[in-house]
Amino acid sequence: MRAWFKTGTPWIWLNAGAIALCLVMVIGVLGLIAVQGGSHFWPADLQRVEAVQADGSKKTLLAEHVRTEQVSAITLKDSGVALPDNAESYARHLLKLGNRDVYGRDFAWFLDHDLSGWEKPANAIVIERREWGNFYGFPQQLLQQDKVIAEGEALWPALQEAMARANALHDDITDIEKGDIGKINKALEALRLGKRTMELQGASAAEISQYAQQAAEEQAALDAQYAQLQQKLEELYTEAKRDSLKVVTAEGKELTISLSNIVHAHMPNQMSLLDKSVHYVVSIWNFLSDDPREANTEGGIFPAIFGTITMVILMSIIVTPFGVLAAIYLREYAKQGTMLKIIRISVYNLAGVPSIVYGVFGLGFFVYIMGGNIDALFYPEKLPAPTFGTPGLFWASLTLALLTLPVVIVSTEEGLSRIPSTIRMGSLALGATKSETLWKVVVPLATPAMMTGLILSIARAAGEVAPLMLVGVVKLAPTLPVDGTFPFVHLDQKIMHLGFHVYDVGFQSPNVEASRPLLYATALVLVLLIVVLNMAAIHLRNKLREKYRSESD
Amino acid sequence: MQQTSTSAPVTARQSLLPSGEKRARLRRWRSFKDKMSKYGIAFAGISVVAAFATIFIYLFSEVGPIFSSASIEPEQSYQINSDKPLYTNLERYSEVGLNVSASGELQFFDAMTGAAGEKVQLALPADTTISAFARGEPRSGLLALGLSNGQALVIKHEYNLSYPNDKRKVVPVVTYPLGESPLDLNPGQALQSLAVQEGSAGTALVAFSADGKLSYHVFEAQTEFMTGETTLVRTDYPLPDAPKNVSRILLDTTLHNLFIAEGNEKIHYYDVTDPAQARYVEAVNAVAAGQQVTAVEFLVGAVSLIVGGSDGSLSQWFLVRDEHNNFHLKHIRDFEKHPAAIRQIEPEYSRKGFLALDTSGHLGIHYGTSARTLSLEPLAEGMNFERIAISPINTALLAFAADGKVQRFALENAHPDVSWKAMWNEVWYEGRGEKDYIWQASSGSDEFEAKMSLVPLALGTLKAAVFAMLFATPLAIMSALYTAYFMTPKLRGKVKPTIEIMAALPTVILGFLAGLWLAPFVEKYLSAVFAILLLLPLMMLLTAYLWRFFPRSWRERFGLGWEVVILIPMIIGFIWLCVSLSPAVDQLFFNGSLRQWFTDNGITYDQRNALVVGIAMGFAVIPNIFSIAEDAVFNVPRHLTQGSLALGATPWQTMIGVVLPTASPGIFAAVMVGFGRAVGETMIVLMATGNSPVVNFNLFEGMRTLSANIAVELPETAVGSTHFRVLFLAALVLFVFTFIFNTLAEVIRQRLRQRFSNL
Repeated sequence: MRAWFKTGTPWIWLNAGAIALCLVMVIGVLGLIAVQGGSHFWPADLQRVEAVQADGSKKTLLAEHVRTEQVSAITLKDSGVALPDNAESYARHLLKLGNRDVYGRDFAWFLDHDLSGWEKPANAIVIERREWGNFYGFPQQLLQQDKVIAEGEALWPALQEAMARANALHDDITDIEKGDIGKINKALEALRLGKRTMELQGASAAEISQYAQQAAEEQAALDAQYAQLQQKLEELYTEAKRDSLKVVTAEGKELTISLSNIVHAHMPNQMSLLDKSVHYVVSIWNFLSDDPREANTEGGIFPAIFGTITMVILMSIIVTPFGVLAAIYLREYAKQGTMLKIIRISVYNLAGVPSIVYGVFGLGFFVYIMGGNIDALFYPEKLPAPTFGTPGLFWASLTLALLTLPVVIVSTEEGLSRIPSTIRMGSLALGATKSETLWKVVVPLATPAMMTGLILSIARAAGEVAPLMLVGVVKLAPTLPVDGTFPFVHLDQKIMHLGFHVYDVGFQSPNVEASRPLLYATALVLVLLIVVLNMAAIHLRNKLREKYRSESD
Repeated sequence: MQQTSTSAPVTARQSLLPSGEKRARLRRWRSFKDKMSKYGIAFAGISVVAAFATIFIYLFSEVGPIFSSASIEPEQSYQINSDKPLYTNLERYSEVGLNVSASGELQFFDAMTGAAGEKVQLALPADTTISAFARGEPRSGLLALGLSNGQALVIKHEYNLSYPNDKRKVVPVVTYPLGESPLDLNPGQALQSLAVQEGSAGTALVAFSADGKLSYHVFEAQTEFMTGETTLVRTDYPLPDAPKNVSRILLDTTLHNLFIAEGNEKIHYYDVTDPAQARYVEAVNAVAAGQQVTAVEFLVGAVSLIVGGSDGSLSQWFLVRDEHNNFHLKHIRDFEKHPAAIRQIEPEYSRKGFLALDTSGHLGIHYGTSARTLSLEPLAEGMNFERIAISPINTALLAFAADGKVQRFALENAHPDVSWKAMWNEVWYEGRGEKDYIWQASSGSDEFEAKMSLVPLALGTLKAAVFAMLFATPLAIMSALYTAYFMTPKLRGKVKPTIEIMAALPTVILGFLAGLWLAPFVEKYLSAVFAILLLLPLMMLLTAYLWRFFPRSWRERFGLGWEVVILIPMIIGFIWLCVSLSPAVDQLFFNGSLRQWFTDNGITYDQRNALVVGIAMGFAVIPNIFSIAEDAVFNVPRHLTQGSLALGATPWQTMIGVVLPTASPGIFAAVMVGFGRAVGETMIVLMATGNSPVVNFNLFEGMRTLSANIAVELPETAVGSTHFRVLFLAALVLFVFTFIFNTLAEVIRQRLRQRFSNL
């Protein structure tokens, strides 16, 4: 034994254990997110179960089984649960009851022995609603203006049809509310600002009154349009409210749900594996393409994905030229000496400066100082309401560009330094100027290194949240930063961001249990995005290294 | 190219080359492009460097003003029509001033020119003089005049703002909250001293009259339910134990505590919570023996007393609760001494600062919480001022001489509320039992005393970083040693990218998992977590030991370099075992729950604590340390290790004796970089702790770090406020700290590289 220790083998094993533990942790974290995030979309069966209540009476529940865990008796006693016997620990189940409008809460814990008679009723239905979360129950009748039009066997197909119609109507309503009415509001605002601009430019009273007259006419036209749209909206609303579904909860309470309130419905207990798979894929698609609902705890994350990508693209546009040129300057043009050494070390070290510091700088310098001056110069008519003097897309991108600049510089410099000097010499010997050598020989060879740097900086930017909290990310942005109205990309708008979405829903939302699966799903999307980007960078870099290894040999 | 063309004159005429002129143009164009490219790149490069420098300069420029002192600049001077002032006041926009003279005349005047404005002559009864004067909380504008016939008159002055034609207009208004006719307090006896204050229980007056009696009077406005009429209900209480002489009476805004300066060195404290059972508590010597208290005033909020003495001393006092729940008037801190007796103390309206005027004409600008004296200078050469008045937003100051001369000053005193000393030392805050380190920077009220001690935040940062490093350093370094030196290249090619992915995981994801998954998990399986942390190394050794007994063919197949593959399933199995055994262990040793057992034994346990942060942030830091340390170990020249092995050393001996000493500077640099990263990390601590700024190193309590504090508070602060600048200071501290750490690490690494290439 002693001799064995002397050989050092156990210590080597211990070191191996360290890396093994790291690997277990990485894989564990990725696996946890993948499993938790991916499983959310699988349609779970609905269970009907009898629960014994505190007063001894029984209550029928229809619920989704979320998870089971063992709890020690002492923990239960501390939380005031009456225990029937003296076991050391008890199994308890977390059930998702849904029906927040009926029960007040949609998740509840039940001790295993309080629950009995588990079964899966075939006609149980899950209704995803725009308000109040999910409904679990049994469909009874489809009503059209209080007239029964379908029940029993015919109900399900009729419901599908009615839902398709209601959703189409809902889309129309959103189009009008967000699109057309938004346009009118913008035009009205432009009229008001026009007047203010004239006042600021010192136009004469006659000019102003002439403009005001003109504006009043335009405004009247817009008001008329608005009234028209309003009327159309009202018609659509009445149309949408035409149909409703009569449902009954597990304990027999009857409810009527307007179809305008239903996003989607399915009967999980009747679904085959194929149906469930289809449902799974459709749910994922909806999650990726829908707007969030109910204070971000339900619905999709499309604006967050869109915001993240827009911001990252804008950042790349800023960071690439500056990063690459700065690296070329440091490597090819600047006078090599102590000063340059200091600058180079400083630039490299900026990659290690906490991101929140960049956020603080962005808020103070970009937003308040630069933004404030831009407002004073170019948007005086909107003051005191700030345009660029408030956190927004552009400042977020600029801050992240500054944050990731060192990454691009380091990577590009590394690429430049790996290019064999023979290639450079060859080009110069053939009579090319320095810039020709640079742009036609050196830079093309170093492109993969630049790409690596760019991808790494994108991955870093996509996952960074702390600085963004200060310079332009909000929990709910009413509109996307890119749309069809001039100037198409709205640099002053606030955006949503995947990482901030995770922080906000997980730590600022009142109903964490309900939003948990969505949180994992959002996290999964973010992690996938970043892992894919990093894999690409690593792949590119390895390829590059091999290439030069063979060339320099 | 030129050479070739000139040396071949024969073919020059039929040359396919462009003509000489064309080539010259091309050359010019090329050299122009070359220059353009050079200057363009230089411009971009230098502007990037400049942008980085801007960060540093800008942060400094935002922080700088905190440490600047106050400035007083004389402006206009003019004459107003008045005798010796009893009371003076300046309105918010410094447009209108007020002078209350001893004859009972309220003269408002233009504070720019001295032109007389509105004038209100109080209707005093015939043959009386004003024998006492009192002022309530400065923001209320409440004044009381005590008369020589035992009566008192309470008045209130306010400034109404209106904006006719978009121009500000300030109109002073005088009202009589307790009626226009004087109130009889002690008929026939001249009031020698008086106090007035508005509280939730009504308006209270405390009077000391010529017959040596001290009395307390409350006027409560009661509204008739049916008619809506308001009537004043007056209640009088005699107070016990009146001192022989009274120079100043002060009543706080709760109407519970009464302070009386006797005219000598003493200040008496009375508890008048229940005026019917008023109680004399104690007397304190507020100034040095033989000196007199010449001025006493409340700071805003009426909690702290500032006491000025005849020797020019200034000190702060407030009530402190002792262990028996009794309040005592305690000396808190001294301010820089004035050269002569203090004449007047003028508190600021919205923060805990004050101005003090002494008999030699020196004006001191002091601040309570930070104990700073921002300025102490003669106000004007050869002038002796009787009184001063400060604008409620601390931008202007009026000084009144006895002959009616008024000098206006511009005041600049933006950030008196913090000092380097107050940020890093214990400070005694109002209402606290003792000195303490507290971070509590903002609240809705003006009376709030901002507590900006950076100690809890700095310690919290250190705490989080230290626990993270305790977790990460051994794991990362051991991993690096193994990966660089023992692992087979095939596996290494897979492991390194995995660790790089680990580095790329967004911290918001780690924070979210730490807060919502790990924290409840650790709380529930606390004993398992400890078992894993402590026993896992033993399990690894055990596995290594058992591996010896496996058949030789197996061992050779998966021999050296593949240990990881065998250990991974063992680790997973062991973790699963610990977790599933945890309830039974809890049941056996800790009455069912280790977490509960901690609470029962007096150890505070928060769900989101330093242990969780340590693990989560350790996870984030491991790849940083790993990649640098691995690089250092891997680049140790092969001939060194091969030499060692050739001399008969085992691989492990080579590792300890040759590789480790050579690579140790690199490993040290790796640890430094990791520490720098842990110090600045924001999202993980923000999400995995309760963010309470506590000062302790308890593993089971949370913390608030500098970075998380910035993220939480910066969006909510007013731009340019002291709080805003202190947060910038926190950012600057983080910046400088990590920058220095990383630079040191980088320098070490570069030296190491040099050494390797020399070896």
